[in-house]
Amino acid sequence: MLVFKNRRNQYLISFLSVATIMLLCLGAREVIDYKIIGYLLLFLVSILAIFLEIKPVLLAALLSALALDFLFIKPYYTLHIDNAEDALLLLLFFIIALINAVLTYKIKRMQKAIHMKEARANTMKLYNTLLDSLSHELRTPIAAIIGSIDTLQQKNVNLSTDSKVHLFNEIEKASMKLNYQVENLLNMSRLESGYIQPKLDWCDVKELAYTVGNRLTDELSNHKLVIVADDSLPLFKLDYGLMEQILYNLIYNAAQYTPKGAQIKVEVNYEVDADYESHIDLIKKCIVTISDDGYGFPESEIEKAFDKFYRLQNSKTGGTGLGLSIVKGFVEAQHGIITLHNAETGGAVFEMIFEVDCLSTKTVENEF
Amino acid sequence: MNSNFTLLVIDDESQIRKLLEISLEANGYKLVFAVNAKEGITMAASHQPDLILLDLGLPDEDGQVVLKQLRTWYQNPIIILSVKSTEDEIVKALDNGANDYLTKPFRTQELLARIRTALRGSFNQSQESVVNFGLISVDFVSRIIKVKDEILKLTATEYNLFTLLLKNDGRVLTHHYLLKEIWGNSYAEQTQYLRVFVAQLRKKIEEDPNRPKYILTESGVGYRFNSG
Repeated sequence: MLVFKNRRNQYLISFLSVATIMLLCLGAREVIDYKIIGYLLLFLVSILAIFLEIKPVLLAALLSALALDFLFIKPYYTLHIDNAEDALLLLLFFIIALINAVLTYKIKRMQKAIHMKEARANTMKLYNTLLDSLSHELRTPIAAIIGSIDTLQQKNVNLSTDSKVHLFNEIEKASMKLNYQVENLLNMSRLESGYIQPKLDWCDVKELAYTVGNRLTDELSNHKLVIVADDSLPLFKLDYGLMEQILYNLIYNAAQYTPKGAQIKVEVNYEVDADYESHIDLIKKCIVTISDDGYGFPESEIEKAFDKFYRLQNSKTGGTGLGLSIVKGFVEAQHGIITLHNAETGGAVFEMIFEVDCLSTKTVENEF
Repeated sequence: MNSNFTLLVIDDESQIRKLLEISLEANGYKLVFAVNAKEGITMAASHQPDLILLDLGLPDEDGQVVLKQLRTWYQNPIIILSVKSTEDEIVKALDNGANDYLTKPFRTQELLARIRTALRGSFNQSQESVVNFGLISVDFVSRIIKVKDEILKLTATEYNLFTLLLKNDGRVLTHHYLLKEIWGNSYAEQTQYLRVFVAQLRKKIEEDPNRPKYILTESGVGYRFNSG
């Protein structure tokens, strides 16, 4: 359909198709009645009206009328018409061709309008979902901050030191939450703009997991974080910053959606050939699994979990629905895949597989 | 407290200037302010501050350019305060001669610690041959490192890496810088050496190598030594 996109091509198609029919019919001029040829041309114009824009179709209609007169209506090779019946027929032919073209054009325009309306409705829906979750996620902490500050500033109220400390804590917590959400929004816009270009470099994934775990100490105060990684874990070529954000979001998410006391486990595994120590740039699998012993995801919602702005039905905990879709985007930016399923014992299991270059740490140690 | 230090803040956001004025003056620093690059450079020349806090997003000039210009003659510490938090931007600022960086939003305690570190200078400039911190003591002359009075065995590379970090206590050292200093110019991109040797060093000097207290990772940028 690409040829139809170009206006010049459309005129060319319109001209050539009329000319082809003319040439084909020219040989049979004495056998077939010119009325049949008229119908043929009418048929052609109708077909063209479906695919081409209005102007090329009008050209085809005009060309066919002229050619019909010039080549097929006696006397040949002149635009002059002797009998009134032929003249009327030609006129009718031209008018019907025109009506055909215009009607088809109108239908196409209406369809386009409907499409646009649908697209706009979809955008509006997405926009509303975004607004809903954003206004909740951003306004709640802002409300907490403003409320706490107002209370602290009230002149005629005597707050106990404990209450003051509590309010200051609320302000701090709310600010951190705001910061996290803004970070997510920024990351989402980075993903949307296609601006993300992973900077692949050797990563110690075990160290990475611990770094993220240490950063989340406050959020994990009611949870147990377990990190399982082999000491002989090779280095993998990944983007440190993206990996950090991925693990941060997944662990943060697990901490938000599992009950107090739940265990969150980060496991780093790898698959390599037996003799991988003698090679350097082998591409092997790095498998990172993050699981918890919480409630897991409702089976019907697993598929949508990574969708933008998607939040679980009946979800009590807030969220913009951005965290997991950012995780997916960042995993895929590094050519990895991520899947989600529920463990047999309950709880959610996120598994990421990266097929990337790996390097045994022993190879490096032996060099120095 | 730190009564004699004058800090120059170059930042176009009045809110940030006010916040810094209150929190830093409360900690005994004297502050002067500039709201754009041009004013900042003039003020740096006229006031000769002990330290400059520079925002990278200035209205009249790219902060990196200001940083480079300042570094042609200004030798005291410069700390970057910026909302631009991409690793590339940070590494560029450090390469352009910044001593440290903090991305907004930052915690005041963290800022104060960074300022103290930058003003203190480092072991590098001190003449002491023995340095003690935590349970570790380092004798630069005899090249002996002790943890809880026990001699620690380090390979030559480990020792070089450790003392380089230690001599820049509190400063971020970029991957490039560390690789060039320890392994040589042609190794500047070979981060695998750093990853492996930092992990080994941590195993030897940290109480819990998974929760390091001394050798801290600066994501995507480098490492920072923290003697406490």
